[in-house]
Amino acid sequence: MTTAADVKQYNTQLEAENPFAQITENVCRVAEAPKPPKAWYISFAISSTVMLAFFSSIGFVFWEGIGAWGNMSPVFWGFPIVNFVFWVGIGHAGTLISAVLYLFRQDWRTGINRFAEAMTIFAVICAAIFPGIHIGRPWLPYWMFPIPNQMSMWPQFRSPLEWDVFAVSTYATVSILFWYMGMIPDLATLRDRSKSTVRRFAYGIFSMGWRGSSRQWHRYEKAYQILAALATPLVLSVHSVVSFDFATAQLPGWHTTIFPPYFVAGAIFGGFAMVVVLAVPARQFFGLKRIITMRHLENMCIIMLVTGTVVGYAYAMEFFIAWYGGVPEESFTFINRAFGPYAWAYWTMISCNVLAPQLFWFRRFRRSIPVMFIIAVFVNVGMWFERFVIVCTSLSRDFIPSNWGYFIPTKVDFITLIGSFGLFFTLFLLFCRYLPMVAMAEVKAIHYNHHMHHHH
Amino acid sequence: MSEKKDKSTTKKTPVYGILAEYSDPAVLIEACKKVRDAGFKKWDTYTPFPVHGIDPAMGIKPTILPWLVLCAGLTGLTTAILLQWWTNAHDYAWIVSGKPFWSIPANVPIMFELTVLLSALTTLGGMLALNKLPHPSHPLDLKERFERVTDDKFFLLIEASDPKYDADEVTALLAEHADVVEPLMDDDQTPAELPRGIIYGLVILTAAAIVPFALAAHARESHNRSPRIHIVPDMDFQTKYKAQRVNTFFDDRRADRPFVEGTVAQGNLQEDDHFYRGKSGNTWATTFPNQLQVSEATMKRGEQRFDIFCAPCHGLQGRGDGMVNKRAELIGAGVDGWVPPSDVTDPNLMKQPVGQLFNSITHGVRNMPAYGPQIDVEDRWAIILYVRALQRTRNATTKDLSPSEIASLK
Repeated sequence: MTTAADVKQYNTQLEAENPFAQITENVCRVAEAPKPPKAWYISFAISSTVMLAFFSSIGFVFWEGIGAWGNMSPVFWGFPIVNFVFWVGIGHAGTLISAVLYLFRQDWRTGINRFAEAMTIFAVICAAIFPGIHIGRPWLPYWMFPIPNQMSMWPQFRSPLEWDVFAVSTYATVSILFWYMGMIPDLATLRDRSKSTVRRFAYGIFSMGWRGSSRQWHRYEKAYQILAALATPLVLSVHSVVSFDFATAQLPGWHTTIFPPYFVAGAIFGGFAMVVVLAVPARQFFGLKRIITMRHLENMCIIMLVTGTVVGYAYAMEFFIAWYGGVPEESFTFINRAFGPYAWAYWTMISCNVLAPQLFWFRRFRRSIPVMFIIAVFVNVGMWFERFVIVCTSLSRDFIPSNWGYFIPTKVDFITLIGSFGLFFTLFLLFCRYLPMVAMAEVKAIHYNHHMHHHH
Repeated sequence: MSEKKDKSTTKKTPVYGILAEYSDPAVLIEACKKVRDAGFKKWDTYTPFPVHGIDPAMGIKPTILPWLVLCAGLTGLTTAILLQWWTNAHDYAWIVSGKPFWSIPANVPIMFELTVLLSALTTLGGMLALNKLPHPSHPLDLKERFERVTDDKFFLLIEASDPKYDADEVTALLAEHADVVEPLMDDDQTPAELPRGIIYGLVILTAAAIVPFALAAHARESHNRSPRIHIVPDMDFQTKYKAQRVNTFFDDRRADRPFVEGTVAQGNLQEDDHFYRGKSGNTWATTFPNQLQVSEATMKRGEQRFDIFCAPCHGLQGRGDGMVNKRAELIGAGVDGWVPPSDVTDPNLMKQPVGQLFNSITHGVRNMPAYGPQIDVEDRWAIILYVRALQRTRNATTKDLSPSEIASLK
């Protein structure tokens, strides 16, 4: 009769020549360490404090009404919608890494897909909060869904805002399914390695009794393929629908057909920047440099360079069409964007989104951790400003000069914006601590196919 | 409890199958081909990751999952079409910026989203159902070495329930490739039925889940005279007075305040008594106001307005023989309360000052309604000008004609 301790002894002997055990050990070590690194505690303290500020500010808005924000005629879509679009965009890179790169057989994704997917879910959670508080009567969000009610009224399905409700909820659901399904085998690994009953029970519940049967793997892989094939058009559709919120309006600066592809490119761009921002410290503190390698980071920098340039092209194209279309209001709007009262925001956006990533043409910068981290932060700032510029410049100066105004955010606006990052990072830190950060099974499979497949 | 123990010790633990362990997937695949060709049916392999090439080696048939997902996707699509058509075009037809009640393009986004949503839910649900997950306990769980299946070891299990099973033959077959081969005992003591606590919990939950629906059904059938409960006051209770309500703050106890004495709406300041009311001082004005140009154009305008507003009763010549009057006489002159319209060329009316005629048109007289709201002030004066012309035609003398006209009459 072997004791549990003997079993664990047997299971944790690391064989140096055994790459599968190496991978398992490297990844599980993070979730199994009795104490996380000090950096984790410091980050968690900061981010959970900021998260509290976030919920306090939302509580204040519920108590006070949305007059607590700077939303005021003519700019009725202030920070909440800017933040919503920003966070939804961040989410898209995760789906892209996990689903699109999977379909294209880009094996390098396996190192980063798991926490890119986690990032997607946390970003979508942050995003979904904003429309919920922006409706002004946060106890009535069910009005957005087709639920029979005492008013005998249905939502209006010809409205892009209603499409948005369906798109974002579908996206959130599918992302969670995809993330969870990918984790089942890895949760089973954590279950089998767990030393305490509580952990064994918790991981046991969520891994559903996965034992790695090949007959199950067969269906599992097929399901994963189908989900990836569903998530790919979904990720493109969601940000297109988000862009319809603007593009189907008549407002100069919004009423453009370039919006859907331009929004999708921007979303991928900002999302990859966020993956870099998360991956650089994560591999540093949790010792995952063997799994998330320089190659991954460099690939992400190249994607940032490409999508950043695409976004730059879209900015230029907006100006060209405004001139070529010959609509005076449209021309005015774009000149006003670049040289009007919001010029500071516009040029912040241009320098962060278009100019900063151009450094990645040089291999030196693509492979320098501090440079890529700083540029990724810049890109996130730039992408936030892109949404700010779209929302505020167009609304603040539309057709009737007597309608013109200037949007001035309040303290509450800023606390809500910064606070949403607190929520995001808190969730992410909890994920790093308790869940498998890297898709172990996938990394093993890729490793086997690349290095050990010596028979055909 | 003690009885159970006795049973388990007296009864020999059945063998569940033979378990073989491997450390190289390539070797496992070779072993699989052997087992497959030997014709075993109830067997499986267990691996830390999906091993490429093991499906054909084990003879695994393609799963039906994609077909399930296809059906789910079509269901989602149909649901979306029906939902949008029913809600927005049939049950509650919304007029939205003149768009058709039902058109495909505006409804495509939600069709797409629901197709994807149902497909995705079915993908995960179908995968779990086909794999018979969650699967809480299995004899394999009691093998210590089997814990490494989610780490770095590979296993092959041939079950004792297979018709071709023979312990020695199977062991020999597997020993050819495997690192370790040993029998797997079916000493799984986990009871097959659910624990009591979980059953009770489910019963209580089910009962509790019915309560809200029961309350809703009760509320539909019952009558309650007290107002509804306002969890959130919304805008139902506002600190303001609604129109026509009592307000004790004011002497007249009315919430809606009348205008301050003498308030005149912008553009309604009609100070000119002569022009707007046909008066000069306290008597009827006898002359046309200065604002009226007495000209051929005004006369033409007056004729046109007279023919529209006055002629139906008074007739085109103003003799009081308009269509309405003719109809009244046809029905019978004794129609109660029928006052025949005046003949505007009557001497009595000729004596009336223009101011009084203006007042009659504005406010009505006897059976004639007020035309003030319908005819502009200037047009009323123009009509009077025309009436004066009609009156002169009735009482014309040779003095009114030019010498040439008199000559033409002779």
